[in-house]
Amino acid sequence: MSQNALKIGREEKKTTFMQKVMEILPEGGNLNLCLTCGACSSGCPASGIEGMDPRKFLRMAALGLDEEVTKSGWVWCCTQCRRCVHVCPMNIDIPRLVYYARQSWPRDERPKGIRGSCDFALKTPGNSAMGAGSEDFKFVVEDVLEEVRETQPKFKDLQAPIDKEGAYYFLNQNSREPVTEPDEMVPLWKILHIVGADWTYSTQGWAAENYCMFLSDDEAWEKIVRNKVEAVEKLGCKVWLNTE
Amino acid sequence: MRKFNIKGNFEVKSIIQLYAQWIREGKLPVSSDWNKDLKIKFTVQDPCQLVRKSLGDPVAEDLRYVVKACVGEENFVDMYPNKSNNFCCGGGGGFLQATGFQDQRREFGKIKLRQILETGAKYCITPCHNCHSQIHDLSEYYDGGFHAVHLWTIICLSMGCLGENEREYLGDDLKEVGL
Ligand code: SF4
Ligand code: SF4
Repeated sequence: MSQNALKIGREEKKTTFMQKVMEILPEGGNLNLCLTCGACSSGCPASGIEGMDPRKFLRMAALGLDEEVTKSGWVWCCTQCRRCVHVCPMNIDIPRLVYYARQSWPRDERPKGIRGSCDFALKTPGNSAMGAGSEDFKFVVEDVLEEVRETQPKFKDLQAPIDKEGAYYFLNQNSREPVTEPDEMVPLWKILHIVGADWTYSTQGWAAENYCMFLSDDEAWEKIVRNKVEAVEKLGCKVWLNTE
Repeated sequence: MRKFNIKGNFEVKSIIQLYAQWIREGKLPVSSDWNKDLKIKFTVQDPCQLVRKSLGDPVAEDLRYVVKACVGEENFVDMYPNKSNNFCCGGGGGFLQATGFQDQRREFGKIKLRQILETGAKYCITPCHNCHSQIHDLSEYYDGGFHAVHLWTIICLSMGCLGENEREYLGDDLKEVGL
């Protein structure tokens, strides 16, 4: 009898992973409102991978199976696409639960590729996940531009400004182009040229990608966003234009 | 930015909104004439980040408006489900970069593969880099026989100003068009 009472007492004290997440999220992410209808799982492309699906993930978390939930490799297979939230009658935020499960992994055990991309971005002023330096970026842009001007007479006045103060649009650029397929930037420049847009790239915070977000590294994510915002403001641009 | 309560004194926009605006205003002289006889079919992927997670159906409509203006209304085949209801391609969330999860990523992508194959389109326009890489990989790995192309490629193609070196992702049927 007394043993039982003790056990109950102990269980009450233990805060589960899901409860912790609920404390962080607005409205607790509605995590305790599940009707177990399965709409989330039936429209989740990650259902079945690693023997998991969003409803199961949520149910297990609700049951306090913290080890199983947080350690499951499935958390890296959920793309945070939010389709489950979109179809859920109770608007339950499963991806945020997954996000925090990712965060519970020691940083050096999180998938190497994402970690590496985040670290590169932190190390370069342009926040390039491929580690491209701003000087290299500038060089590639200028090199490609010159070639187009010389070989395509229609575009002999093509522009690709970098760090142009007061430009209206601040353009970001996924690292993939300057690093692996620079010619793919040209059509974009041509479009901007044809409409006569006043735009610029920046040596600071030019990269469009942000993997720290996917690594669930809040601090790094914030640092990158702040660096980019600062870059836009430094140049006094009116619109931060996402190119993807 | 919302997450960290950062306020910048500027607007954040997607270039897709501007493409649509510029075409409406007549600033971007796109035309689908090049595809009148070729009748090459196109579909489009709705990037989760852009559509479901930020600007919703209005930007998905803009995207379709742009694509139709470039390839011709009759040559656009939407996938199902679409817009905010579309499925994620499987390239997002860091999946493409997650070392050791390649098989899972391709498993995830099967649903997207099926959606694209059902449209019968030869080209899937992917206005996001993750989508582009993932859909390109899906087509190669599963022998899907379709191409993943950036939107800017098709816009320039439809204005007759796409350069020779800017056709990396086009199939042989479009390598010469408008050169
Ligand atoms: S869709 Fe929502 S309510 Fe239905 S099972 Fe999934 S989380 Fe629960
Ligand atoms: S956010 Fe994750 S759990 Fe939800 S539908 Fe997308 S992949 Fe599935």
